[in-house]
Amino acid sequence: MTSATLDHYVLISALLFAIGLFGVLLRRNTLVVFMCLELMLVASTLALVAFSRFNGTMDGNVFVFFILTVAAAEVAVGLAIIVALFRKRQTIQLNELNSLKN
Amino acid sequence: MANFLFYAFAFFTVATAAGVVASKNAVNAAMCLLLSLVGVAGLFVALNAYLLAFLLLLVYAGAIVALFLFIVMLLDMKETESRGFGKLSLAAIILAAGLLVTGLSTLVTRGHLDTGNPALTPALGTDIKFYAYQLFTTYLLPVQVMGFLLLIAMLGVIVLSKRWEGSDDVT
Repeated sequence: MTSATLDHYVLISALLFAIGLFGVLLRRNTLVVFMCLELMLVASTLALVAFSRFNGTMDGNVFVFFILTVAAAEVAVGLAIIVALFRKRQTIQLNELNSLKN
Repeated sequence: MANFLFYAFAFFTVATAAGVVASKNAVNAAMCLLLSLVGVAGLFVALNAYLLAFLLLLVYAGAIVALFLFIVMLLDMKETESRGFGKLSLAAIILAAGLLVTGLSTLVTRGHLDTGNPALTPALGTDIKFYAYQLFTTYLLPVQVMGFLLLIAMLGVIVLSKRWEGSDDVT
């Protein structure tokens, strides 16, 4: 078993990001799509922390702070939008939200 | 021992992240997201970023997943997620899978990112003092912008979730 290098962390981060992307593409439930978006954000933070650790810099770590803040704000606003949408349409399935289509 | 922990947390994180995508029930998806975040926090600890691991658990697992669960309970939707995809989304999925396989295989076979010995590199993420110094010198303006962002988000949520007079809500 080799020692965990930067490659390993970047690989895990890429895998997490890809799983999140597949969730966004595959799922129809808006809430689950939103959770997968959060997963993609966390994957990017993992890459930032790994780069920061292996290069001996502080900038990646500090950037994760800002990502956490933006993610918190984003989730609050996004879930408020979803609740407003549910009140209006009684559904949050993405394939049923097509009133702009025709 | 540290390597075993790395592999264990990495496997745990990826497996539970797959659970988020695979689980039909939104509550199960939220629980899998929670476990996945715990795994990422473990990886942060392996990278000596203890403060960030703690903040990740506090903000994501404590606040965001709890909010998700709250909304899932509040909406109480029917379990009618239809399977099957249109042509366009099928094409997008195949394209994404192809790009993913290409990218990951390139990373595995050819990507040897140039780094020094991690034992010799200083682990700056261990000390809170470094975070504080950076946040109050180099990143002072972004910190204030973040404060305004949170304020705007708060106001936006209040406006979005208030029931206005004369709105034609289906109740």
